[in-house]
Parts: sequence; C-alpha cells; structure tokens
Amino acid sequence: MSAAAARPKTFLGVPVYKPKVAFFELTSCEGCQLQILNNEGTLLDFLDLVEVVKFREGMTGGNDDYEIAFVEGSVSRGDEVERLKTIRNNAKVLVALGSCACFGGVNQLKNRFPLDWVKKEVYGDHPIDSERVRPLEDIVKVDLKIYGCPIKKEEVERIVTDLAIGNDIVYPKYPVCMECKANNNICLFDVGEPCLGPITRAGCNAWCPNSRAGCWGCRGPAEECNVGQLISIMEQHGFSKDTIIDRLECFGGFAVYADQLRQGLKS
Amino acid sequence: MKVNCDINVHHLTRVEGHGNIKIKIHDGIVQEATWEVVETPRFFEALLVGKKCDNAPWICGRICGICSIGHTLASIRAVENAFGMKPTAQTTKLRLLLKHMETLQSHILHLYFLAAPDFLNVGSVFPLIKSHPDVVGRAAGLKKLANDMCDCVGGRRLHPTTTVVGGFTMLPDRKELARFRDLLGASVPGLVATAELFKTFHLPDFARETEFISLKGDEDYPFIGGDLISTDGVIKKESDYRAMTNEYLVPQSTSKWSKLSREAFSVGALARVNNNFRFLHPAAQGIATDFGLTPVNHNPYMNNIAQLVECVHVVYDSIRLIDELLGSPWQEPRQAVVPKSGVGVAAVEVPRGILYHCYEFNETGHITKCDCIIPTSQNHANIQYDLTALATQFAAQGFQDRELELLAEMLVRAYDPCISCSVH
Repeated sequence: MSAAAARPKTFLGVPVYKPKVAFFELTSCEGCQLQILNNEGTLLDFLDLVEVVKFREGMTGGNDDYEIAFVEGSVSRGDEVERLKTIRNNAKVLVALGSCACFGGVNQLKNRFPLDWVKKEVYGDHPIDSERVRPLEDIVKVDLKIYGCPIKKEEVERIVTDLAIGNDIVYPKYPVCMECKANNNICLFDVGEPCLGPITRAGCNAWCPNSRAGCWGCRGPAEECNVGQLISIMEQHGFSKDTIIDRLECFGGFAVYADQLRQGLKS
Repeated sequence: MKVNCDINVHHLTRVEGHGNIKIKIHDGIVQEATWEVVETPRFFEALLVGKKCDNAPWICGRICGICSIGHTLASIRAVENAFGMKPTAQTTKLRLLLKHMETLQSHILHLYFLAAPDFLNVGSVFPLIKSHPDVVGRAAGLKKLANDMCDCVGGRRLHPTTTVVGGFTMLPDRKELARFRDLLGASVPGLVATAELFKTFHLPDFARETEFISLKGDEDYPFIGGDLISTDGVIKKESDYRAMTNEYLVPQSTSKWSKLSREAFSVGALARVNNNFRFLHPAAQGIATDFGLTPVNHNPYMNNIAQLVECVHVVYDSIRLIDELLGSPWQEPRQAVVPKSGVGVAAVEVPRGILYHCYEFNETGHITKCDCIIPTSQNHANIQYDLTALATQFAAQGFQDRELELLAEMLVRAYDPCISCSVH
C-alpha cells in the first residue's frame, strides 16, 4: 500500500486525508468483512480511499497504528471484552460493523435461555466458556454504527468517504417501508408475508422486500417508529403473536419490544 | 544439522475465524505440533430451539459469512425432508445454479485472495493490485460474475433473500439469465489463465494417507442430497449422517472433531474430486489431469487445485442449467408448506465440504432439536494429524523456523477453513 499512500488523493481539487483503518471481528460469521471485499466493481477505488493496516481475514502482517477501527460481531467471552477495550484505546473512531456489533444480532437469540442450558444443549458436560451476548456499546463507547445483516457495501463506502473528507454522517430517519414504496413493490402484507418495514431504519433500499421477503428488522428501529401500531396492523392481517415475536427478536434491534410482547402473552 | 524451532502463530491470518498453530521441535524431535481452535461459540443449535420452521433457513444462513447460500439450502432441505416435501424440477435447478455460483465465488476468493499471496511471497492481495494488476483484475472479474449471479437468483450474494422452504419467493429475470449465460461462456479463458498461474506455483511435496468423505454421485457430480461415501469404502444414507461424522470433543478446540474408519478424515473439494472424479465435466477433468490430480490424491495442498477444477466444472454445468431453465416457461415458484412433526436431515456439498443440518419438529412446526455438522469441524482433526506429520517430515529434511511456519500456515489455508462456521 505504500506506493498508493504516497499518491495525493483529491476531492473537488482539495487534497483528501487517507485514514488508517483496521478491521476486527468478535463473535460473528465474518460476513460483514467479506462484504467489504464483495463490491468488486468499486473495491479498488475503496481500497485507494483508505490505508488498511490490519485485516486478519484478508492480510498477514500489519500494525496497530490505526485511526478508524471497524469491529464486527458481538461480545460473548471475557477475552473479547479485553480485545475490544484495547481496540477502543488505539482507535480515534470505533465503528460497530453490522447487526451483531450494533444489537447482538442473531447471536443474542441465545439470551432467551439460561446460559447453563445453552451450554449443555450444545457441549454436554464438556466445559465451555461463554457469556450472555452483548452489543459493543455495552462495553465501550461506539462512535458510529453501520447497520444491517449483512451490511450494505454502498453504505459503508458512503460513510467511509464522508469520514475521509470530514462530512457529517447522516442516516435516513424514515423506515424501510418508504424505500419499498418508492421501489413500487407490492405490499407484502397483501400477500400474507410478515414484514417489519414500517418500523425499521431505512438505508438498505428495502433489500429483502425487493425480493418479496418481509423485513426482519436487522437494521433496528427507525428514528421515529410506532411498534405498537405495527403490531395491531399485523394482527389485523392475521399474523400470530408468535410470528411477530420471531421477527422482532431475530437481530436484537427490537429486543425490548419482543420482550414486552412476550410478557403480554404470558399475562 | 538438528532442527530446533518454536513456532507460535496466534490467530492465523487469511482464514475465516480464529485458530492458532504451535510447533516445538528440539534436536530434530517434534515435541508439539498443535492446531488450536479458539473461536467463540454462537450456539446455533440451542438458539434455534422453539423457532418455527420458516425461521431456520433465515437464521442458519447466518452461521457462515462465506457459504451462507449453502447453509440456507441445507436448512431448507432439512425442513422439506422433515415435512415430506419434494422440490419441483425448476426449484432443484435454480438451487443448484445458485449453489454453483457460491462455489465459484468462494473458491475464487480462496484461490486468489487467501492462498495465492503465499505463492507470490506477499502478505495479502493488496500489494498485488500494483504488482500484478492483471491477476487481481481477473480475480475480481470472476468473483463479481459469480456474486452478481447469486444476486440474480438468490436475491442477495450474502444471506440470500429469495430462497425459502417450498421454493423461491420470486424467479430471476429470464433476460438476465441469458446475459449471464454468455458471461459464463466468456469467463472460461479467465479460468484457463488461473490454471496457468497456478502451474507456476510450487505445491509442497507432502502426502499423508487420508480417508475422504463426500456425497456419492450416481449420474452426476453431486452437490445437494444423496448417499454419503468415503474412500475407505463406507457408504451411508443421508439420514444416517451421524454414523459418518461421529462427533467428539477435545480440549484444544471449541469446535467438535469427527472420525470414521481412521483417526481422522477429510472433506472438501479434494474429497469430492477423489470420490466423484468421473462425473466432472471433461474440461474440468482435463485441468485436473494437467496438475496430476487423479483419484485418490493424498496431498492436502492439492485441495487448492481441486477447487480450481471445480470452478471449471461449475461454470460449464451452470451454462447447461441455464439452457435447461430457459428451455421451458417458468412454473409456479413456491409450494405450500404444511408443517408436521418429524425429523429432517440434509447433506449439501458447500465450498469447504459436506455440510449436514438436522432438525426435529413438533406438530406445530416448531424446532425441538437441532444439529449442524460443518465441513471445517470435520476437517479439524485431519488438519491436526497432517500438521504433526508435516512437522516430522520437514524437520527431518532440515527445514528451519520460517520455512516450516509458512508450510504449516499454507497447510491450514489449503483446507480453506471456515473456523467461525465450524464452531457456530
């Protein structure tokens, strides 16, 4: 990367600072980092925008002199807490990359059960170290969140460009439902498919509903969302509480609402 | 000169997930050679319990960030088998096409981005952007084609959206499929050039007699469902997968290990080629023969070449599938799903080897028990035994720290391990 680093990068004729970035993963599938390598059409431009100093999945060597740390995954073991604190100390900007880092992701579904039962179900009596799943911000200060399971590469590119040129990072305030309508999709409620589009933060361009798969809320709540109202609408469409809970609790962004609904079921 | 070395690779790079290599040699005697897996478990088999059947493919796809399509398809097949459903011919072809494109994208990622840097003496693909722009451009082009086709058929390259129990939520655009058919045809020279590049690489001279397990082909090179076979002559039904995997726990790994007729066995592209060579497309067989890859090959580094051979096979087979799909009008994409109690097993060949999902359902279609056996978890024990043999052989030949460390790293990388997947 040294030759590329020497070449001045400009934006509208102004030299642009090339930040040193590092990628890390905790409890995860490493899919979000893979997404970074996935937009092959713009990958080389993207790599020219930053200086990658650490990316274990893709490179040997590197160093810990980074300014922006992208951390994928949730925290579920003591050594991860320590790793995360070290990364926080080294980084100027810590970015939570993907649903697991932002909300716990699918991993937090295990928090529905007592930890001892979870361990026994998979490992029997074999000793295994694991804790309740937590998002990054339960441990350290998180400066930026990149939502989604998986993350959308175009959004990462936009956010990293804004970081590099010093722009404010702006997220859409409206829900996925707006994007879906703008794409002229048929409403999935009308074809019997549950969907969290009306309450989920936009920015994915209605990725799943475009394929006629209802939204599972992987990006978490939109800035203003009326979960109670959505639940009544879904009930009017004949969806069971069970189905609604499945959607609300899947990625962790709506875990509080899923808990409330489950409590309601019990009472 | 007697070899003395102390190799300690913490969190091996250019593999998916977290594993360590430790080798200690004193006066030419190997004291320790360990493949340690330290990945944090995610407990998918527990967190699935209580979930309705339609959740399974959506959640289980998230086991893996590289082969999410394979996990999704295995999950769907397990559910469909439990409910006694048979996919339509159209669904079967579309699923296989999607599977092929995941195989292509995953193999290209591994060959160029993870394995090739070792042979070109660099730490990653990044310096190659400047030094070998044609090579990186070719890799990016092939990977993009495969990923774009995954978007077209599966809705999304990672964690697919159209794939559901019963079929597909929607069907790909026929004009797009026709366009991809042409692009696949045009990609063949890129694969031939990839083979030429790999011919310039020196594969380490190492072999350890190994049992190889994969799906058993009957008429074609198998990827989704069917009987299971090992090169030691064991044949089992798909539903009897546990007799093939025999999982157990060891202190050095948070992933389970497996064995069958010997102390360990191997799965993956090399296992598939070893068991089903005769069903490969002739062009793929030709590439294999060029590299001296004929069954049964016991050099684990040859898995790289087996992946290359499979890239050629899946490109030709995808062209055939698209021709067949475009040869008849679209049928209904999705069957109705009627849950019932029972057990369903699926065996699917994903890029790193044979993958099993098994679910037990109650009468409302909720999961009461779940078992997923991952290719890399089946390979861990074999990597361990290879590593011991490798350290012994190369120490006897007088190899020193740096060379031995690189050979050990390359050995693990040759398996293209998906470690977080193996621990899940």
